[in-house]
Amino acid sequence: MKGVRHYPGFLAMAVACLAILYVPLIVVMVYSFNDSTSITTWGGFSWRWYADVFTGPEAPRFKAAAWNSITIAVLAASAATTIAVAASLAMIRGGRFRGKSATFALINLPLMVPEIVTAVATLIFFSTIALTTGYMTILIAHVVFCIPFAYLPIAARLQGIEDSYEQAARDLYATQWQAFRLVLLPLMLPGVVSGFLLAFIISLDDFIITNFVKGAGMETLPTAIFGSVKQGIKPNIMAISTMMLAVSILFVTLSYYVNRIGQRTRS
Amino acid sequence: MSTAIEIRSAVKRYGTTTALHSISLEIADNEFFTLLGPSGCGKTTLLRCIAGFEDLNEGEIRLFGRDIARLDPNHRPVNTVFQQYALFPHMTVLENVAFGLKMKGMGLADRTARAGKMLEMVHLSAFANRMPAQLSGGQQQRVALARALAPEPKVLLLDEPLSALDLKLRQAMRVELKTLQEQSGITFVFVTHDQEEALTMSDRIAVMSQGRVQQVGSARDIYEAPVNRFVADFIGETNLLEVTVDTVSGAVAKVTLPGGQKITCPAAQGVMPGKHHLSIRPERISLAAEGELEAVVERIVYLGTDLQILTHLTTGEAFHVRMQNLARIALPAPGDRVALQIEEGAARLLAD
Repeated sequence: MKGVRHYPGFLAMAVACLAILYVPLIVVMVYSFNDSTSITTWGGFSWRWYADVFTGPEAPRFKAAAWNSITIAVLAASAATTIAVAASLAMIRGGRFRGKSATFALINLPLMVPEIVTAVATLIFFSTIALTTGYMTILIAHVVFCIPFAYLPIAARLQGIEDSYEQAARDLYATQWQAFRLVLLPLMLPGVVSGFLLAFIISLDDFIITNFVKGAGMETLPTAIFGSVKQGIKPNIMAISTMMLAVSILFVTLSYYVNRIGQRTRS
Repeated sequence: MSTAIEIRSAVKRYGTTTALHSISLEIADNEFFTLLGPSGCGKTTLLRCIAGFEDLNEGEIRLFGRDIARLDPNHRPVNTVFQQYALFPHMTVLENVAFGLKMKGMGLADRTARAGKMLEMVHLSAFANRMPAQLSGGQQQRVALARALAPEPKVLLLDEPLSALDLKLRQAMRVELKTLQEQSGITFVFVTHDQEEALTMSDRIAVMSQGRVQQVGSARDIYEAPVNRFVADFIGETNLLEVTVDTVSGAVAKVTLPGGQKITCPAAQGVMPGKHHLSIRPERISLAAEGELEAVVERIVYLGTDLQILTHLTTGEAFHVRMQNLARIALPAPGDRVALQIEEGAARLLAD
């Protein structure tokens, strides 16, 4: 059989797809180092827009937004990971129970529902229960949509761990909690870390839901960037976008490697 | 001798299927007891019920008189050697062996000393600080043994622990296991589907099939005096012949063989006059000038130490004879008519 490379038009198609995906990112990265106030003409290499992000007129706004983004991402990812660990234990170690497939669907549904629908629904929900929009509402919304992202790598990892390890621990006089803490959790750890990192980056990155539930005066980094862009794209936006991109790539790579290490240590 | 484990009318059901049909067994203290049977016979389920990984639906499991059937596994003074060992991959060999002691609340110094002694016993002291993944299968097996024996359980449960090893190692481990059991004085309950393993190591064997205990006895009992067709057929090779029982008196019966010859043979309990099966081990038959059965040779299979002579009786039934491969024997050729002589007491009448 011929490899996929030999199909007619393969090369053109592949190049087109890669270009559409990555050329805009590369343009943003390159122009973030542009020593010019114009975003279209190249004026030589410079770090000035990076300095502008930290010291320029918009710096206080960006700093506050970045702080919100990071604290929300850490808290939301922690909560979502904890819930995902509990959910995966129930789903994979909980035996058979009524409504198991429905539960599985419920856990993963947020991945399928259009985000704008979730955003509107969440906002309506918060206003119905009279919760003032702000930091807290963003955090709650983020915890919810981070759960399936944390769940997937954790459940995949747990699925690969034979239950004889926990049985061996119980057999050797460990209580259920000790068997979990001393044996199962360490074995699950690569999946847990991977799930946390994924949830963190999904939270850090979110715009649509955040924009709906953030309330006035409250900004995360994506909403702050969007706010700036509405007044015209300045090169400092490219610098801050490039930094976010770097953080994203770092975390996704980390998550990937943690998972790989986990696979190697398994049995 | 006192009783280590007493199982009374143990029933285990999974949904509508019954894995254990009212099993009752007594296992003596300091005994090497084997649960033997084909896969799906319930032997592993029974072991898991003793360990506490499965709950009985009905019945009792008494350990030195105390009913443990409803206790969690960590409250049962029994330890298990798992089929795939289940060594904790994130702990060193020493930490693995010391785990049970740690859970029992023993201090670091004491448990390290005791775990070290256990590793010495299984000749793995040099590997104390390795990770399980760095050991060979045979070494992992010995770590699993040391780990299960370290907390001094009253009973050690072994779930097909040799099945993952290659043949040579398996044979060596049989001797080692038996020695270990005799030295430690701990009751071993060993699960296997390998009859050779069961026959070579066990003090007593319970042969199981379809969730029921078919027969309990020494290796010699179950091989030489099987009670029913399943046991006769499962343990070793045998020839099963349908015969007519004329009279039964005590443990002896007079039967008519398919060819019309009449013999007297030992009978299992519960045999009544009528149609029954006779079990005759192939090595307890000899080719002779005259005998109780007439047969035609089909082929001769060379097995090295033995020869297997495949025949069918003149009445139609297939019949195997096994003889030692001695130089002086004059062998028949395929197609020859031969007489088969049944050794005194070698034929045994079965209950079903």
